[in-house]
Amino acid sequence: MVDIFLDERFIGNVDDTENFVSKFKEMRRTNKLPSELNIYYDKKLNEIHIESSKGRVRRPVIIIENGKSKVTTEIINKCRKGELSWKDLITNGIIEYLDAAEEENALVALNEEYVTNEHTHLEISPSILLGLTTSLVPYANFVQSSRLNRGSKTQKQSLGLYATNYLLRMDTDVSVLHSPQIPIVQSFMHEISRYKNHPSGQNIVIALMSYGGYNMQDSIVVNKGSVQRGLARSTYFRPYVAEELRYSGGLVDEIGIPDKEVKGYKSEKDYKLLDADGIVGPEVKVEPDNVIIGKTSPPRFLGELEEFSIAASTRRESSVAVKQGEEGKVDMVVLTENEEGNKLVQARVRDLRIPEVGDKFASRHGQKGVIGAIVPEADIPFTASGIQPDIIFSPHSVPSRMTISHLIEVIAGKVGALSGRYIDGTTFGSENVEELRKELKELGFRENGCETMYNGITGEIYKADIYIGNMFYLKLKHMVANKLHARASGRIQLLTRQPIEGRSKGGGLRLGEMEKDCFVAHGASLLLKERFDSDKTVVHVCESCGSLAVSDDYRNKKFCIRCGANVEITAIELSYAFKLLLDELKSLGVYPKLNLVSKY
Amino acid sequence: MEELIKSYKGKIPGSILKALKKETLSRKLTKKEVEKVLLRLKQIYERAKINAGESIGVITAESFGEPSTQMTLNVFHFAGVAEMSVSLGLPRLIEIFDARKEIKTPLMNVYIKSPWNKDPAKVKKIAAAIKEIKLKDVSSSFVINIPKLQIEAGLNKKRMRNLNLSEDDICKAIAEGFPKLNVKLGTEKLVLKPKSEENQLIELYKLKEKAKVAYVSGVKGVKQVLPVKSGNEFMILAAGSNLKEVFKIKEVDETKTVTNDIHEIKKVLGIEAARQAIINESSKVMNDQGLDIDIRHIMFISDVITSSGFIKGITRSGITGEKESVLARASFETPIKHIVNASLIGEEDNLNSVIENVILNQPVPLGTGLPDLVIKMKEVEK
Repeated sequence: MVDIFLDERFIGNVDDTENFVSKFKEMRRTNKLPSELNIYYDKKLNEIHIESSKGRVRRPVIIIENGKSKVTTEIINKCRKGELSWKDLITNGIIEYLDAAEEENALVALNEEYVTNEHTHLEISPSILLGLTTSLVPYANFVQSSRLNRGSKTQKQSLGLYATNYLLRMDTDVSVLHSPQIPIVQSFMHEISRYKNHPSGQNIVIALMSYGGYNMQDSIVVNKGSVQRGLARSTYFRPYVAEELRYSGGLVDEIGIPDKEVKGYKSEKDYKLLDADGIVGPEVKVEPDNVIIGKTSPPRFLGELEEFSIAASTRRESSVAVKQGEEGKVDMVVLTENEEGNKLVQARVRDLRIPEVGDKFASRHGQKGVIGAIVPEADIPFTASGIQPDIIFSPHSVPSRMTISHLIEVIAGKVGALSGRYIDGTTFGSENVEELRKELKELGFRENGCETMYNGITGEIYKADIYIGNMFYLKLKHMVANKLHARASGRIQLLTRQPIEGRSKGGGLRLGEMEKDCFVAHGASLLLKERFDSDKTVVHVCESCGSLAVSDDYRNKKFCIRCGANVEITAIELSYAFKLLLDELKSLGVYPKLNLVSKY
Repeated sequence: MEELIKSYKGKIPGSILKALKKETLSRKLTKKEVEKVLLRLKQIYERAKINAGESIGVITAESFGEPSTQMTLNVFHFAGVAEMSVSLGLPRLIEIFDARKEIKTPLMNVYIKSPWNKDPAKVKKIAAAIKEIKLKDVSSSFVINIPKLQIEAGLNKKRMRNLNLSEDDICKAIAEGFPKLNVKLGTEKLVLKPKSEENQLIELYKLKEKAKVAYVSGVKGVKQVLPVKSGNEFMILAAGSNLKEVFKIKEVDETKTVTNDIHEIKKVLGIEAARQAIINESSKVMNDQGLDIDIRHIMFISDVITSSGFIKGITRSGITGEKESVLARASFETPIKHIVNASLIGEEDNLNSVIENVILNQPVPLGTGLPDLVIKMKEVEK
């Protein structure tokens, strides 16, 4: 006796479990029951679960009966001719959908060759176990799965043609690659996803060799000639937005060049790019702190207006300026209205990004790297036929990561480039590498993909043969221009008097706890003190009561609030954070005394 | 020659001088050569010494901290077929340095004295004797006889024979453990009857549960034993630790047998042994993970833990809590507690160590911050 549950609700029981389940499946396949139903027999709990609810993840598989796939050549031909549709395959009981529970009762064969009598289902294609982006990795059945993961992750970060109407859009923080290419080595997913309509990388010549230590540890060496010819150039877009907000009391923001009387007026040269309407015009070159959209806001508190103002204008400056560390040309200016009917101004700034040291690149196999050097074309090694690589990739990146597919793509790409065709690198269904090698030989190259190369600087032959070929490379969205940051002095926090945090605000770089330990371990005690001088202050201490004293610089008087002026008051240097700590202790009701001792 | 070597006494460690004396004799060195050697030795020795103001504490902490970031968390090492798990890696290291009283996997390596350690059958017998046997291990059933208000434990003869126990042995052991019970032998069963008559059934039930885990024979606390071959002798790995009782067994080699419970070593063998145990245990952890740490760092840490004569872990209740400076203690853990307590007794902080000076933005009295220019002001004034 087995209990049956429909959508986790008890509906009855049955004696002959197997017969019931198989009959249920039979009826589903012959359309007597809806195909959305799934049935699962739980052996441990001795329960049958029938599911019809929404939100289950289901996947299609081919039904196997008596060790034979239901998809025959006849059916394939019919599908080809268009006589059978996907729906027909389901209604005819050739393909069915399994949910996670029913999968537990099924034995799915990966490939038709592996089918035995025990199997209940057959995978439509073994590559179905990969998702969309992962299917874009060529020869994925030749890599470690974790690398595959990383490979598909990096593809999502690659620059390309992210949308064909990008010129009409106001997306934040996007880039467009200048001349994206269709990869030579493709998979079936490139076709399905119409990759050639929105490609996101370029086919380059890659050599696997070291180059003077500039491609150690995941860095790459780039040919300067290639860069000058336009390799991996991209344009970076950032929109700046200003809105004429309405405040209570009929006050509104005003877009225009701010008056000099306005509170928080920057300087005249910051506003120089603005047109008469207070908005910068297209194709104007802008630099950090340049105002793009001039705007003033009404005073924050109405009371301010009556009490302190002399003139009529106490409006606040609230212009939109170019962010720190960014520059470019104004690409497009849009004047519209938003949903609330407020005037909305958007200006998009475009910046040409030529590859530079520190920009991040990746192949499709989870092999990412940062440019370590851009070497003049004259110094780049060349092959006997005069080919020079665009990128020199370190061979040490391969053995520990076991990215064989990366190496295969080099050969496949080489064959594709030489024979002028696309290579199919679909996972589990790719073109045979042996065949490709043969083809490479017929094309007049060495079978193993290696070539004799010459040192670009001295002209000597390298003793080792260099593995060189073509592959598809991606420029990733992480560019140094967006990340580089350093500061000497700048804004500080009001409370702690320590530097503020964050690149966009021009903040400081923290010397943290562990870095502090390094200084201590080296015994660099005075250097450490200097590092922490950012919030150094001078405080005056009353030597009789040990509390902080007052130093009145106007009257040139020093006194202690408790003990008066007739005590010894000494100035000492402290971190402001410690002064804060003393204040906080006092607020706790703890009386901290500073007992000064002369060092000498 | 002798005098020459003697003149270096106090400048070079005595053991090195002794070794040198031996070498000079065997190598027949001339006086000039010996003098050269001595000079060089002194140089090397001086260089090996740590300079004043070197921050050995931080260096030691970093030497442990950096490699331990690479340690895999929660590694368990299984020894042999029997399920003998040993906690290793970072959790074990924390256990050692925190000087936990209750360790996760107590373990003894019991070595056997010379004639017996070659005989596997004998070692197996000793192993069986070491393992703690509870009443439930030798009984087949536990029944409460309600009308008679007594507990009847059926005895499993087969197991008793395997463990070399007689009915009388069990009877005696239980009687010793439960003085309030009348223990009698029935037919193939053990009858436990409370001496006082006014017992309730609930208490009887509680008693039954207690009797199940009653100690019968073996060493208390040893849950599992595993005789293994190590080198050319046989020894016993025992899960559970009880050095004192194991040492009472005459075949056990007290000079080699160890446990991984530091507190127990301290109790049985003393603080010096505990110091060595900390060194051994923590270097074992590091070696198992394939990490290389200089032995002196490990020695330093175990010195710090044991130098007071007690085992004090590196916790707020241990060494760190005994720091002189209020600010240093407050910056480690539970700051409010330390500050409030310090204010109650009016503690003074002389700013002698690292962290307090960092807080005040003063030079840390280490390395370049240690030396000061000393001027005797009064003499200058004169």
